[in-house]
Amino acid sequence: MAFTLYTLIQTAILCTNAIAVLHEERFLSKIGWGVDQGVGGFGDDPGVKAQVLNLIRSVRTVMRVFNSVEKSFP
Amino acid sequence: MRLRNSSMDGSDGSQLFEDTSRAGNQQAGPQAAGFPGQSLLSDPMSNLAMAYGSSLASQGREMVDKNLDRFIPISKLKYYFAVDTVYVGKKLGLLVFPYMHENWEVSYQQDTPVAPRFDVNAPDLYIPAMGFITYVLVAGLALGTQNRFSPELLGVQASSALVWLIMEVLAVLLSLYLVTVNTDLTTIDLLAFSGYKYVGMIVGVVAGLLFGKPAYYLSLLWCCVAIFVFMIRTLRLKLLSEAAAEGRLVRGARNQLRMYLTMSIAAAQPIFMYWLTYHLIR
Repeated sequence: MAFTLYTLIQTAILCTNAIAVLHEERFLSKIGWGVDQGVGGFGDDPGVKAQVLNLIRSVRTVMRVFNSVEKSFP
Repeated sequence: MRLRNSSMDGSDGSQLFEDTSRAGNQQAGPQAAGFPGQSLLSDPMSNLAMAYGSSLASQGREMVDKNLDRFIPISKLKYYFAVDTVYVGKKLGLLVFPYMHENWEVSYQQDTPVAPRFDVNAPDLYIPAMGFITYVLVAGLALGTQNRFSPELLGVQASSALVWLIMEVLAVLLSLYLVTVNTDLTTIDLLAFSGYKYVGMIVGVVAGLLFGKPAYYLSLLWCCVAIFVFMIRTLRLKLLSEAAAEGRLVRGARNQLRMYLTMSIAAAQPIFMYWLTYHLIR
Protein backbone atom coordinates (compact mmCIF):
# COMPACT_ATOMS: atom_id res chain seq x y z
CA MET A 1 0.00 0.00 0.00
CA ALA A 2 1.64 3.19 -1.11
CA PHE A 3 0.81 5.80 1.48
CA THR A 4 2.13 9.27 1.02
CA LEU A 5 2.22 12.17 3.43
CA TYR A 6 -0.58 13.71 1.42
CA THR A 7 -2.87 10.79 2.21
CA LEU A 8 -2.08 11.31 5.88
CA ILE A 9 -3.18 14.94 5.68
CA GLN A 10 -6.28 13.89 3.77
CA THR A 11 -7.11 11.27 6.41
CA ALA A 12 -6.71 13.79 9.21
CA ILE A 13 -8.97 16.32 7.50
CA LEU A 14 -11.63 13.73 6.70
CA CYS A 15 -11.63 12.37 10.25
CA THR A 16 -11.94 15.86 11.72
CA ASN A 17 -14.77 16.59 9.34
CA ALA A 18 -16.50 13.37 10.31
CA ILE A 19 -16.42 14.35 13.96
CA ALA A 20 -17.56 17.87 13.19
CA VAL A 21 -20.69 16.85 11.28
CA LEU A 22 -22.19 14.77 14.08
CA HIS A 23 -25.39 16.60 14.86
CA GLU A 24 -25.99 17.34 18.51
CA GLU A 25 -29.74 16.94 18.94
CA ARG A 26 -30.59 14.67 16.05
CA PHE A 27 -27.96 12.09 16.66
CA LEU A 28 -25.74 12.37 19.70
CA SER A 29 -28.50 12.82 22.25
CA LYS A 30 -30.44 9.95 20.72
CA ILE A 31 -27.63 7.48 21.37
CA GLY A 32 -26.76 8.87 24.77
CA TRP A 33 -23.64 10.74 23.76
CA GLY A 34 -24.87 14.29 24.25
CA VAL A 35 -22.85 16.97 26.01
CA ASP A 36 -25.03 16.83 29.08
CA GLN A 37 -24.78 13.09 29.42
CA GLY A 38 -21.02 12.86 29.57
CA VAL A 39 -19.69 14.16 32.86
CA GLY A 40 -21.01 11.88 35.53
CA GLY A 41 -19.03 11.90 38.73
CA PHE A 42 -16.09 13.91 39.89
CA GLY A 43 -14.00 10.94 40.91
CA ASP A 44 -10.51 10.44 39.69
CA ASP A 45 -11.65 7.95 37.09
CA PRO A 46 -13.41 9.62 34.16
CA GLY A 47 -13.72 6.41 32.20
CA VAL A 48 -13.36 5.83 28.49
CA LYS A 49 -16.86 7.01 27.54
CA ALA A 50 -16.46 10.36 29.29
CA GLN A 51 -13.10 10.91 27.59
CA VAL A 52 -14.56 10.12 24.17
CA LEU A 53 -17.46 12.52 24.72
CA ASN A 54 -15.07 15.22 25.89
CA LEU A 55 -12.93 14.70 22.83
CA ILE A 56 -15.89 14.95 20.47
CA ARG A 57 -17.16 18.09 22.18
CA SER A 58 -13.77 19.81 22.13
CA VAL A 59 -13.14 18.99 18.47
CA ARG A 60 -16.56 20.40 17.56
CA THR A 61 -15.93 23.55 19.61
CA VAL A 62 -12.59 24.16 17.92
CA MET A 63 -14.16 23.62 14.50
CA ARG A 64 -16.89 26.09 15.40
CA VAL A 65 -14.24 28.72 16.14
CA PHE A 66 -12.59 28.08 12.78
CA ASN A 67 -15.97 28.28 11.11
CA SER A 68 -16.76 31.67 12.64
CA VAL A 69 -13.32 33.04 11.77
CA GLU A 70 -13.75 31.90 8.20
CA LYS A 71 -17.25 33.39 7.98
CA SER A 72 -15.91 36.81 8.91
CA PHE A 73 -13.74 36.91 5.78
CA PRO A 74 -15.65 38.43 2.83
CA MET B 1 5.92 15.12 34.73
CA ARG B 2 9.58 14.56 34.48
CA LEU B 3 11.10 16.69 31.77
CA ARG B 4 14.34 16.14 30.01
CA ASN B 5 15.11 19.83 29.93
CA SER B 6 18.21 21.68 29.01
CA SER B 7 19.51 21.97 32.53
CA MET B 8 21.84 19.14 31.69
CA ASP B 9 23.40 21.09 28.87
CA GLY B 10 25.02 24.05 30.57
CA SER B 11 27.71 23.29 33.04
CA ASP B 12 27.08 19.57 32.90
CA GLY B 13 27.75 19.36 29.21
CA SER B 14 30.04 16.41 29.73
CA GLN B 15 27.08 14.31 30.76
CA LEU B 16 25.58 14.29 27.28
CA PHE B 17 28.42 15.06 24.93
CA GLU B 18 32.08 15.77 25.41
CA ASP B 19 32.91 19.23 24.14
CA THR B 20 35.97 18.90 21.95
CA SER B 21 35.37 22.13 20.04
CA ARG B 22 37.44 24.46 22.22
CA ALA B 23 40.71 22.63 21.70
CA GLY B 24 40.16 22.51 17.95
CA ASN B 25 39.25 26.18 17.60
CA GLN B 26 42.34 27.46 19.32
CA GLN B 27 44.56 25.66 16.92
CA ALA B 28 42.67 26.65 13.81
CA GLY B 29 42.26 30.34 14.66
CA PRO B 30 45.67 31.98 14.40
CA GLN B 31 46.66 29.87 11.42
CA ALA B 32 43.65 30.80 9.31
CA ALA B 33 44.15 34.51 9.87
CA GLY B 34 47.77 34.36 8.79
CA PHE B 35 47.51 32.63 5.44
CA PRO B 36 44.66 33.74 3.15
CA GLY B 37 46.22 37.08 2.29
CA GLN B 38 47.58 39.69 4.63
CA SER B 39 46.70 42.31 2.03
CA LEU B 40 43.02 41.61 2.63
CA LEU B 41 43.26 42.15 6.35
CA SER B 42 45.45 45.21 6.34
CA ASP B 43 42.77 47.26 4.53
CA PRO B 44 40.65 48.87 7.28
CA MET B 45 37.48 48.97 5.18
CA SER B 46 37.47 45.24 4.54
CA ASN B 47 38.33 44.71 8.20
CA LEU B 48 35.20 46.62 9.13
CA ALA B 49 33.16 44.70 6.57
CA MET B 50 34.35 41.37 7.90
CA ALA B 51 33.53 42.34 11.48
CA TYR B 52 30.08 43.54 10.44
CA GLY B 53 29.45 40.42 8.42
CA SER B 54 30.42 38.08 11.22
CA SER B 55 28.25 39.94 13.75
CA LEU B 56 25.33 39.78 11.32
CA ALA B 57 25.85 36.09 10.84
CA SER B 58 25.91 35.38 14.56
CA GLN B 59 22.75 37.47 15.05
CA GLY B 60 20.98 35.59 12.31
CA ARG B 61 22.05 32.29 13.77
CA GLU B 62 20.75 33.30 17.20
CA MET B 63 17.39 34.20 15.71
CA VAL B 64 17.11 30.92 13.81
CA ASP B 65 18.04 28.95 16.92
CA LYS B 66 15.48 30.73 19.03
CA ASN B 67 12.66 30.28 16.53
CA LEU B 68 13.54 26.70 15.72
CA ASP B 69 13.59 25.82 19.38
CA ARG B 70 9.97 26.83 19.64
CA PHE B 71 8.81 24.22 17.14
CA ILE B 72 11.29 21.40 17.57
CA PRO B 73 12.71 21.11 21.10
CA ILE B 74 16.33 20.73 20.08
CA SER B 75 17.67 20.44 23.63
CA LYS B 76 15.28 17.61 24.39
CA LEU B 77 16.24 15.87 21.18
CA LYS B 78 19.89 15.98 22.15
CA TYR B 79 19.16 13.68 25.05
CA TYR B 80 17.93 10.97 22.71
CA PHE B 81 21.06 11.01 20.61
CA ALA B 82 23.56 10.83 23.45
CA VAL B 83 24.57 7.26 22.73
CA ASP B 84 27.80 5.41 22.31
CA THR B 85 28.84 2.17 20.67
CA VAL B 86 28.51 0.03 23.78
CA TYR B 87 24.95 1.20 24.33
CA VAL B 88 23.98 0.57 20.71
CA GLY B 89 25.46 -2.91 20.82
CA LYS B 90 23.69 -3.81 24.05
CA LYS B 91 20.40 -2.36 22.88
CA LEU B 92 20.48 -4.24 19.59
CA GLY B 93 21.18 -7.41 21.54
CA LEU B 94 18.23 -6.64 23.80
CA LEU B 95 15.93 -6.07 20.84
CA VAL B 96 16.74 -9.47 19.39
CA PHE B 97 17.11 -11.43 22.64
CA PRO B 98 15.33 -9.80 25.58
CA TYR B 99 14.87 -12.93 27.63
CA MET B 100 17.90 -12.81 29.90
CA HIS B 101 17.66 -9.16 30.93
CA GLU B 102 16.29 -8.72 34.42
CA ASN B 103 16.22 -5.08 35.43
CA TRP B 104 14.11 -3.05 33.01
CA GLU B 105 13.82 0.13 35.04
CA VAL B 106 15.16 3.42 33.76
CA SER B 107 17.56 4.87 36.31
CA TYR B 108 17.15 8.48 37.31
CA GLN B 109 19.61 11.01 38.54
CA GLN B 110 17.98 13.64 40.77
CA ASP B 111 14.65 13.44 39.02
CA THR B 112 15.95 13.63 35.47
CA PRO B 113 16.44 10.46 33.47
CA VAL B 114 20.00 9.41 32.86
CA ALA B 115 21.30 9.74 29.30
CA PRO B 116 21.09 6.57 27.19
CA ARG B 117 24.84 6.34 27.22
CA PHE B 118 24.74 5.31 30.86
CA ASP B 119 21.58 3.23 30.98
CA VAL B 120 20.61 0.44 28.63
CA ASN B 121 16.92 0.76 29.43
CA ALA B 122 16.58 4.38 28.37
CA PRO B 123 14.92 4.98 24.97
CA ASP B 124 16.95 6.66 22.26
CA LEU B 125 16.29 7.95 18.77
CA TYR B 126 19.56 6.91 17.19
CA ILE B 127 18.63 3.26 16.60
CA PRO B 128 15.16 4.07 15.19
CA ALA B 129 16.55 6.73 12.86
CA MET B 130 19.34 4.53 11.57
CA GLY B 131 16.96 1.59 11.39
CA PHE B 132 14.50 3.54 9.27
CA ILE B 133 17.15 4.60 6.79
CA THR B 134 18.61 1.10 6.65
CA TYR B 135 15.14 -0.32 6.12
CA VAL B 136 14.60 1.93 3.10
CA LEU B 137 17.96 0.91 1.65
CA VAL B 138 17.41 -2.80 2.29
CA ALA B 139 13.95 -2.51 0.72
CA GLY B 140 15.56 -1.01 -2.36
CA LEU B 141 18.08 -3.84 -2.40
CA ALA B 142 15.36 -6.47 -2.10
CA LEU B 143 13.34 -4.91 -4.89
CA GLY B 144 16.45 -4.71 -7.01
CA THR B 145 17.14 -8.42 -6.73
CA GLN B 146 13.68 -9.05 -8.11
CA ASN B 147 14.10 -6.55 -10.96
CA ARG B 148 11.30 -4.41 -9.59
CA PHE B 149 13.47 -1.47 -8.64
CA SER B 150 13.21 2.10 -9.81
CA PRO B 151 14.49 5.17 -7.94
CA GLU B 152 10.99 6.47 -7.20
CA LEU B 153 10.23 3.31 -5.29
CA LEU B 154 12.76 4.29 -2.63
CA GLY B 155 10.79 7.45 -1.96
CA VAL B 156 7.52 5.52 -2.00
CA GLN B 157 8.83 2.99 0.53
CA ALA B 158 10.21 5.71 2.76
CA SER B 159 7.06 7.80 2.82
CA SER B 160 4.87 4.75 3.26
CA ALA B 161 6.84 3.53 6.28
CA LEU B 162 6.94 7.06 7.70
CA VAL B 163 3.17 7.45 7.38
CA TRP B 164 2.55 4.13 9.11
CA LEU B 165 4.91 5.20 11.90
CA ILE B 166 3.12 8.53 12.36
CA MET B 167 -0.28 6.84 12.36
CA GLU B 168 0.88 4.31 14.92
CA VAL B 169 2.25 7.02 17.23
CA LEU B 170 -0.98 9.02 16.89
CA ALA B 171 -3.08 5.94 17.61
CA VAL B 172 -1.03 5.17 20.72
CA LEU B 173 -1.31 8.80 21.87
CA LEU B 174 -5.07 8.73 21.37
CA SER B 175 -5.50 5.51 23.29
CA LEU B 176 -3.29 6.80 26.11
CA TYR B 177 -5.53 9.87 26.30
CA LEU B 178 -8.70 7.81 26.35
CA VAL B 179 -7.55 5.50 29.11
CA THR B 180 -6.27 8.47 31.20
CA VAL B 181 -2.98 6.92 32.08
CA ASN B 182 -0.75 9.14 34.18
CA THR B 183 2.60 8.39 32.70
CA ASP B 184 5.79 10.23 31.95
CA LEU B 185 6.01 8.83 28.45
CA THR B 186 6.54 11.69 26.03
CA THR B 187 5.69 11.68 22.34
CA ILE B 188 9.34 11.26 21.46
CA ASP B 189 9.51 8.21 23.74
CA LEU B 190 6.64 6.66 21.84
CA LEU B 191 8.35 7.50 18.57
CA ALA B 192 11.48 5.75 19.83
CA PHE B 193 9.59 2.63 20.92
CA SER B 194 7.73 2.43 17.65
CA GLY B 195 10.98 2.79 15.76
CA TYR B 196 12.63 -0.18 17.41
CA LYS B 197 10.74 -2.60 15.20
CA TYR B 198 12.80 -1.60 12.17
CA VAL B 199 15.69 -3.63 13.57
CA GLY B 200 13.63 -6.81 13.45
CA MET B 201 12.34 -6.00 9.98
CA ILE B 202 15.85 -5.51 8.65
CA VAL B 203 17.04 -8.80 10.16
CA GLY B 204 14.10 -10.61 8.59
CA VAL B 205 14.51 -9.12 5.14
CA VAL B 206 18.27 -9.67 5.07
CA ALA B 207 17.83 -13.29 6.15
CA GLY B 208 15.22 -13.71 3.45
CA LEU B 209 17.53 -12.27 0.82
CA LEU B 210 20.43 -14.45 1.82
CA PHE B 211 18.74 -17.75 2.55
CA GLY B 212 15.32 -17.70 0.90
CA LYS B 213 11.74 -17.61 2.07
CA PRO B 214 11.79 -20.10 4.98
CA ALA B 215 14.65 -18.17 6.58
CA TYR B 216 12.65 -14.98 6.18
CA TYR B 217 9.65 -16.44 7.97
CA LEU B 218 11.73 -18.00 10.72
CA SER B 219 13.78 -14.91 11.50
CA LEU B 220 10.71 -12.65 11.27
CA LEU B 221 8.89 -14.91 13.72
CA TRP B 222 11.82 -14.80 16.11
CA CYS B 223 12.12 -11.02 15.89
CA CYS B 224 8.35 -10.56 16.28
CA VAL B 225 8.28 -12.57 19.50
CA ALA B 226 11.38 -10.74 20.74
CA ILE B 227 9.89 -7.29 20.07
CA PHE B 228 6.61 -8.38 21.68
CA VAL B 229 8.40 -9.41 24.88
CA PHE B 230 10.60 -6.30 24.79
CA MET B 231 7.65 -3.94 24.46
CA ILE B 232 5.63 -5.64 27.17
CA ARG B 233 8.50 -5.58 29.62
CA THR B 234 9.34 -1.96 28.89
CA LEU B 235 5.79 -0.61 28.82
CA ARG B 236 4.71 -2.55 31.86
CA LEU B 237 6.82 -0.37 34.10
CA LYS B 238 5.62 2.84 32.50
CA LEU B 239 1.91 2.29 32.03
CA LEU B 240 0.76 0.03 34.80
CA SER B 241 0.48 0.98 38.42
CA GLU B 242 3.20 -0.04 40.85
CA ALA B 243 1.58 -3.17 42.17
CA ALA B 244 0.57 -4.53 38.80
CA ALA B 245 4.00 -3.89 37.37
CA GLU B 246 5.55 -6.18 39.92
CA GLY B 247 3.50 -9.05 38.62
CA ARG B 248 0.84 -9.34 41.28
CA LEU B 249 -2.69 -9.65 39.95
CA VAL B 250 -4.52 -6.42 40.76
CA ARG B 251 -8.24 -6.46 40.15
CA GLY B 252 -10.21 -3.51 38.92
CA ALA B 253 -11.45 -2.31 35.58
CA ARG B 254 -8.83 0.37 35.23
CA ASN B 255 -5.86 -1.92 35.66
CA GLN B 256 -7.40 -4.38 33.29
CA LEU B 257 -7.84 -1.64 30.69
CA ARG B 258 -4.23 -0.61 31.08
CA MET B 259 -3.11 -4.20 30.68
CA TYR B 260 -5.12 -4.53 27.49
CA LEU B 261 -3.58 -1.29 26.25
CA THR B 262 -0.05 -2.56 26.87
CA MET B 263 -0.81 -5.85 25.17
CA SER B 264 -2.35 -4.19 22.13
CA ILE B 265 0.54 -1.76 21.69
CA ALA B 266 2.96 -4.68 21.88
CA ALA B 267 0.84 -6.81 19.54
CA ALA B 268 0.68 -4.04 16.93
CA GLN B 269 4.43 -4.24 16.43
CA PRO B 270 4.59 -7.73 14.87
CA ILE B 271 1.62 -6.86 12.66
CA PHE B 272 3.40 -3.82 11.30
CA MET B 273 6.62 -5.75 10.93
CA TYR B 274 4.92 -8.32 8.73
CA TRP B 275 2.88 -5.73 6.85
CA LEU B 276 5.86 -3.63 5.88
CA THR B 277 8.10 -6.47 4.74
CA TYR B 278 6.04 -9.24 3.17
CA HIS B 279 5.89 -7.57 -0.22
CA LEU B 280 9.68 -7.42 -0.36
CA ILE B 281 10.22 -11.16 -0.29
CA ARG B 282 8.53 -13.04 -3.09
